[in-house]
Amino acid sequence: MTANSRIWHLVLILAIFSSPLLIMYLFQILDSFTERDPGSLWPGELNLQNWRFLWEKIDVGRPSIWVVTFNTFIFATTTALAVTSLSTMAGYALSRLNMPGRPYFLGGLIILHAFPTITLIIAIFIILQFMGLFDSLLGIILVKAALELPFGVWIMKGFYDTVPWEIEMAGVQDGASRARVWWELVLPQVKPGLAALLIISFLSGWSEFILPLVLAPGSDTQVLATYMNAVIQDDTTADFGLFKAIGMFYSIPVIVIYLLFQKQLMNIYGGGTKG
Amino acid sequence: MELKLSKFTKRFGDVTVIKDMNLTVKSGEMMALLGPSGCGKSTTLFAICGIHKMSGGTLHFGERDVTTLPAQQRSVGVVFQNYALYPHMTVEQNIGFPLKVQKLKKSAIKSEVARLADLVQIGELLDRRPAQLSGGQQQRVALARAMIRKPDVLLFDEPLANLDAKLRLEMRSEIRRIQRETGITAILVTHDQVEAMSMCDRIALMKNGKIVQLDKPEEMYANPRSQFVAGFLGNPPISFLPVSALETLVLEANQTLARPTNLDAKGDIVIGIRPEHFGPQHGTGLEGDVIFVEPQGREELIDVRLDNGEAIRAILPSGEQVSVGQRVNWGVAIERILSFSADGNRL
Repeated sequence: MTANSRIWHLVLILAIFSSPLLIMYLFQILDSFTERDPGSLWPGELNLQNWRFLWEKIDVGRPSIWVVTFNTFIFATTTALAVTSLSTMAGYALSRLNMPGRPYFLGGLIILHAFPTITLIIAIFIILQFMGLFDSLLGIILVKAALELPFGVWIMKGFYDTVPWEIEMAGVQDGASRARVWWELVLPQVKPGLAALLIISFLSGWSEFILPLVLAPGSDTQVLATYMNAVIQDDTTADFGLFKAIGMFYSIPVIVIYLLFQKQLMNIYGGGTKG
Repeated sequence: MELKLSKFTKRFGDVTVIKDMNLTVKSGEMMALLGPSGCGKSTTLFAICGIHKMSGGTLHFGERDVTTLPAQQRSVGVVFQNYALYPHMTVEQNIGFPLKVQKLKKSAIKSEVARLADLVQIGELLDRRPAQLSGGQQQRVALARAMIRKPDVLLFDEPLANLDAKLRLEMRSEIRRIQRETGITAILVTHDQVEAMSMCDRIALMKNGKIVQLDKPEEMYANPRSQFVAGFLGNPPISFLPVSALETLVLEANQTLARPTNLDAKGDIVIGIRPEHFGPQHGTGLEGDVIFVEPQGREELIDVRLDNGEAIRAILPSGEQVSVGQRVNWGVAIERILSFSADGNRL
């Protein structure tokens, strides 16, 4: 409380700058539950009509929202698991093993991380087409995981770097194999990094739009982002209430995850192990 | 178990850090590897425990040739400078980890852990995590973990460096007690000559990758083989004075000292005088001004600048009325003078 009152001017500035966002969120929530007369600023009476997509198909040709949500969930989860498990191993190798070309590998990771995805999209399209993975969930999972990996490997390497190497030496002296030392002694020290990376890559997968749009345009592989896009694009008269309600539905998991895992997410910026 | 290192050579890339080093540690003995940083003592330790591969030479534990064995199969316990406890495990799990790796039964591990915890006197801390322990307690846990496998050799890598002064004293005698009780062969790597002298049966003093002298602590103190050894051992350190050895020993400003009877050399030499061998209790002989007095409670360290500008240090019991600026004429225990040739070898 005292800290808050001492920095009240900071809080005020932040409040002013974030108020447009908050107001927009507020109206999104209000509008999704009410009916509004065109041209009026204030919402009308309570109406669940905008949320009808939850229990019925909004169009004949469109998949059910639950299929789409399931797709999105599979896409985000699989990507997150793949990115986390591969980064965990690659980060260890880069942090601890003295392999040839290591500096170039590290430099390459940074460049890849900064590389704009969209410039690769045609090449990726051709590769997927060639492999027969075009318009499949597996295809976009592979692509998304590959694009997320540089970031993940880099983050994990940073976490491994903070683990004292004496711990590993002690483990080896105690008779454990290198693999066992990694699994049983080192991995627990980088758990905060694992958790943060898992969450971040899940959220990144959850909000992915461009890859599914271009590489999996079929209705069987639709995810929430492309579903929303289709809803607003196809109709000649856009149903903004419906659109807002789907948007709400889409962002609920993100908000929940942020609320639950704030601390783990901050770890990525703090790094390191705490005893 | 006897440890025998013969013709040990270690190279990092093109740099040879240690060349053809021989070292034998007798069974049950505690040996210090002492030397300034960068002398190769830690490299030797890592080679013995198997973390570094040896570039040449052999290593035997008793009859067993372990030169090429991986660290896991060597039966060496190591206590690291920062203890290297596993932060996510309790004290009990830390100590028991080596046995868990050997797939012992849980009950057997538990009783072994209890025995070791008793030995290092941390029986009541078994449920804590390393972060909840003081430095000295962490040290004890590390010691117990290193010993639970009943290793052939126990290695200490600067074990006391991270402790405060009082704990250091306590752990010094504790480590020695435990080593004696278990009769384990141990090597202590340290840069602190006090630790080496107080804890070990013998000291191997290293410089630039070579053992320059290997002796019992008292012997090494009384009979250093070179100026380096004499300067490294002893706290407060020895004072060196350049002199001309003629009929007497002539200092630069024409002060003289009698020749020790066993000194044959002539010409320019360096003599070393330990602080306890200079002072009013040895009569008179060297005249100079007191430039510094450092009270240490029981004793006082006094720096005297001779007329030629050279400084020499004395250690006196407290209560001697000596103050800065005072002119003194104190004697030297002539027969205890250590003399060295210009290139640093003992004469």
